[in-house]
Amino acid sequence: MTAGGSTPKLVIRVVVLALGAALLEIVAVSQISVFGVNADLTPLVVMSIGLLTGSVSGAAAGFGMGLFLDLALVQTLGLQSLIYTVIGYAAGRIRELRDPQGAIVPLAAGAVATAIATIGYSIVQFLLGVDAPVSFLLVRDILTTIVFNTVLAVPVFAVARRWLTPALPDDPARRRRRAYTTGGLSPLSRA
Amino acid sequence: MYDKTVRRRRAVLVLLVVCSLILLTAYFGESPGSPLHSVQRGFLGVVSPVQDGASRALKPVRDLFGWFGDTLDAKKQRDELQKELQSARKEAIANAAAARDNVALQKLVKLDTQIGTDQMNPVTARVITRSPTLWYSTVSINKGTSSGVKVDQPVINGDGLVGTITAASGNSSIVTLITDHTSGVSALVNESGVAGVVQPAVGNPNDLLLQYIRRGDQIAVGQNVVTAGSKSARYESLFPPGIPVGRVTKVDNQELDVYQRVHVKPFAQLRKLDIVQVLTAPQGAATP
Repeated sequence: MTAGGSTPKLVIRVVVLALGAALLEIVAVSQISVFGVNADLTPLVVMSIGLLTGSVSGAAAGFGMGLFLDLALVQTLGLQSLIYTVIGYAAGRIRELRDPQGAIVPLAAGAVATAIATIGYSIVQFLLGVDAPVSFLLVRDILTTIVFNTVLAVPVFAVARRWLTPALPDDPARRRRRAYTTGGLSPLSRA
Repeated sequence: MYDKTVRRRRAVLVLLVVCSLILLTAYFGESPGSPLHSVQRGFLGVVSPVQDGASRALKPVRDLFGWFGDTLDAKKQRDELQKELQSARKEAIANAAAARDNVALQKLVKLDTQIGTDQMNPVTARVITRSPTLWYSTVSINKGTSSGVKVDQPVINGDGLVGTITAASGNSSIVTLITDHTSGVSALVNESGVAGVVQPAVGNPNDLLLQYIRRGDQIAVGQNVVTAGSKSARYESLFPPGIPVGRVTKVDNQELDVYQRVHVKPFAQLRKLDIVQVLTAPQGAATP
């Protein structure tokens, strides 16, 4: 699944994380309203899985999590899975192409993932046909949710990293960088 | 090796997107009794005990966060309620006289206009999950077909109308709220009897629209909107008559429009649903 290949341990950990987050979201987090909106952990978790494990496992986790939400909430099947597949894949590609290490990365990726989830959901709903008038407050709520989720992106990413890191295969590029930044391969240390 | 990885990555993405699109297309074109809907109901039946258990376990956490929000809202609500109390006192005095006349008239025509929801076999249920989207569309409850809950039955809470049952499994059901974009409730203004259809303003759970009200009809802010119930043998309503829906907050009367647009604030706080009742034998409504 990842650049270094997936292990059964990693697959199990991804599944447990995705299912746990989806359950936590629908039974608790979605019922806690702050400034009129509730946080949505699910796109953040999919983004985190993508950023940590790569595009293929990110897309697969996104598809599975979306399908679980569609089934458990009796929504239009395929709607959330389509959107979350895109989020997981995009987050994974960021890791594969740039492998960014800055603290701001989960923050920015969380904002973009939430924007894709909320705006994408609304666009697909419109494409499927909405008879009722739509309130302008929907736009305000989308923006508030994006801000709210952006704040939560860092702790969610930290929890996901803590949970998935023991099962992640060792990436040679990362190992080189880690060694360099900690002095292992530094020219100064060799001198 | 690199080409193989790229090909595999793209193939997985295409496969997952195509699977999603096939599911979306198939589900959207299906009738509610078809295989995909059955699979969904079966899945709901399997996961609902887990959801119910998790919901009970996490209730203290929800209550803790809810307490902070409630405290902030409490002051604002107190001021609003004080104003409402003042106007309610005035109304109560006027209503006492009207009530005496009403009792006499009811005796005359032998007509019981009470809602009497206690005679509609209400099944009390607890909200266990809520759709996390911003469209305020569905919640699930911990009662299903084993308690007599069926599709299309109306759902209320202590404040008023909440929605209808749209899917039911053994021990859980999905309630589509009146704020869902597919919802439409035949309703009338209690004070004047002017009838229309209540539809949501999607994205705003505190604003419903009473549609198809002619410009000439007199509707004032503060009047109450209730379900109209069965008015036609051909197109029976799912809701019994007289269930409170909301209060008129604003009337848009544009000169060029044929109809007035009446804004209604729902009585039921749809963001904070906890306990609801399913009317399993709604009298005066279409039999589900």
